[in-house]
Amino acid sequence: MKAVCWMGKHSVQVMDVPDPKILNDRDAIIKITRTAICGSDLHLYNGYIPSMMQGDILGHEFMGEVVETGKAVSNLKQGDKVVVPFTIACGNCFFCKNEMFSVCDNSNPKPEGQETAYGFAGSGLFGFSHLMGGFAGGQAEYARVPFADVGPIKVPDSIEDEKVLFLSDIFPTGFMAADNCNIKEGDTVAIWGAGPVGQFATKSAFMLGAEKVVVIDHYQDRLDFAQANNPNVETINFDDVEVHDKLKDLTGGRGPDSCIDAVGLESHGTSVDSLLDYAKAAVFLATDRPHALRQAIFCVRKGGTVSIPGAYGGFMDKFPIGAAFNKGLTFKMGQTHMQAYMPRLLAAVEEGKIDPSFVISHRLNLSEAPMAYDNFNTEKNQWRKVVLNPNG
Amino acid sequence: MQQKNKNNSMTDILTNMNTNVSPVERFVSATAGGALLAYGLKRGGGLGTVFSLLGGSLAFRGTTGHCHVYEAMGVDTNQGGETAPRNFKSGKSKTYENGLLSGKVHVSKSLTIDKSPAELYSFWRNFENLPQFMEHLESVKTTGEKTSHWKAKAPLGQSVEWDAETTSDQENVRIGWRSLEGADIPNSGVVEFLPTANRGTEVKVTMTYEAPGGALGAMFAKLFGEEPSQQVYGDLYRFKSLMESGEVITVEGQTSGREPQAKKATA
Ligand SMILES: NC(=O)c1ccc[n+]([C@@H]2O[C@H](COP(=O)([O-])OP(=O)(O)OC[C@H]3O[C@@H](n4cnc5c(N)ncnc54)[C@H](O)[C@@H]3O)[C@@H](O)[C@H]2O)c1
Ligand SMILES: [Zn+2]
Ligand SMILES: [Zn+2]
Repeated sequence: MKAVCWMGKHSVQVMDVPDPKILNDRDAIIKITRTAICGSDLHLYNGYIPSMMQGDILGHEFMGEVVETGKAVSNLKQGDKVVVPFTIACGNCFFCKNEMFSVCDNSNPKPEGQETAYGFAGSGLFGFSHLMGGFAGGQAEYARVPFADVGPIKVPDSIEDEKVLFLSDIFPTGFMAADNCNIKEGDTVAIWGAGPVGQFATKSAFMLGAEKVVVIDHYQDRLDFAQANNPNVETINFDDVEVHDKLKDLTGGRGPDSCIDAVGLESHGTSVDSLLDYAKAAVFLATDRPHALRQAIFCVRKGGTVSIPGAYGGFMDKFPIGAAFNKGLTFKMGQTHMQAYMPRLLAAVEEGKIDPSFVISHRLNLSEAPMAYDNFNTEKNQWRKVVLNPNG
Repeated sequence: MQQKNKNNSMTDILTNMNTNVSPVERFVSATAGGALLAYGLKRGGGLGTVFSLLGGSLAFRGTTGHCHVYEAMGVDTNQGGETAPRNFKSGKSKTYENGLLSGKVHVSKSLTIDKSPAELYSFWRNFENLPQFMEHLESVKTTGEKTSHWKAKAPLGQSVEWDAETTSDQENVRIGWRSLEGADIPNSGVVEFLPTANRGTEVKVTMTYEAPGGALGAMFAKLFGEEPSQQVYGDLYRFKSLMESGEVITVEGQTSGREPQAKKATA
């Protein structure tokens, strides 16, 4: 089959590789009909996530048709149309039972790496480095899906792929980011990053009752897009406007009730702290560039919540613990507990409350993946979200 | 590997077991660990992995004052007499003979498993199940009411075999066993099943090996790894996965662009 392989920093290649096989009894093999490129994939592309190996198959946002099931899978059959969550979870451990699927105890076959780096290991993830289990990903014609009786969600044949594809990651991710803000009537939510995750966090904040959302980025087209797709969005282009002052202006001096960091470890910026971050990352004194996160902590109102869907991997320098402590903030973060959100968000799509395909900017064939990675990484105004067709 | 054990006697090693890294080195480790992790992150690729993981383990060692690598080498740089709370009473005494582990190795590991003591006990009590999660075991056959025959994988397709007897058996509480006279690597173990209020069962495994020197020592290293506690922990982790999820998840045998047949696709 054809698969998109990581070949090194800034290098992906479409390769002919052997078809995947069932390896555990609870596995299924999925023939992929649509797959997407995520901002998380860019962290791999830009070489920020350790423990990638040349030849690893990328991709964690995919859906398709069941073609084979392992002995222990009884709820799926050949031909079922499914969307696969990017977090792999057993459904049986303490964490799964408590709906903390992304920290499942039993789905990472290589827990030692994270145990060493983080103290304990999170769940396995598709196509996301050997720290996360080293699972082959879904930017391919076929994928092996472990714990297939728990992860993949069946969707009606009649529904278009594009409307449900993002149940695999960014819709639940944006939704959990907003859900973690514990939004109350009258709340203003500020969101850093107008990428796909930020776009879904914006929609979700309104679904959960926010009065106003302020989106912050420096790609004007992405900001305009957020404004065009939602009722009450203000935008801040941080290249032109001082973010903290503007947020105070927009909230009568209170500050946003909650702040969402939908940027993650590759924050852009030219402020003093972010230039220092670049320098430190270059000489290996820190690993993550958390300018947006610092700003979010600084801007949020007293007693507010900072919700972090943006991905982090290592250490951050100059964490503003004083601001966080003295304002009495709450922090929520993590890989999305996908399985906890998929059923209700599928229902929202079926009821017509949201059409997640709004975010797509490019529809390409799998063979065009290298060009798509390159553009999604640099041409952010035009390249908002890429969907690949493995059979095109 | 030469024994770098300057002037530490065996008793020094025993008494300093919990913090074998000196405070200064701890600081350096923490910093260098962060830098290496960062370097690995920047670098990516195979070598990047090594650096990141090494960085992670240095950072880990920096914060806990415990270095598994040093421990495995029998090296202790913490000679200032810093005392640390002794939370593991594992009492390991290890030494290296021609660079190989020898002496008594004592390992203890706990993991919480979301099943009842009865379910876990009854699976473990049937020793023939053990190879399903104890990686180095090939087979265990019950030979009598209290006796069993164990076979472990050894390098070059060979195997090591020994007879064992059950030394204690308290239903749903604990099982103990030990190898009988004549075993190449005398060993014994105890597994305890401690119920919790609502978190399942705390399973604690304690193993003791009589690690031989010389050629057998090499065999031992192959069987139980350079760090036997890692092996015991891995086995326990697999036991947990098997009991909770019904399988031990694997990525061995999966496809990738590294397969010999893999080649760049032509459009
Ligand atoms: N928690 C999860 O489970 C999960 C799931 C999916 C994605 N993610 C993470 O979410 C993040 C966003 O993903 P995406 O697909 O939207 O990526 P993306 O790269 O398309 O979007 C990131 C956006 O952040 C903007 N940005 C950069 N620096 C900024 C700053 N200082 N202030 C404001 N905006 C800034 C960029 O211009 C870009 O538009 C990534 O870190 C990704 O790894 C996490
Ligand atoms: Zn994603
Ligand atoms: Zn689980």
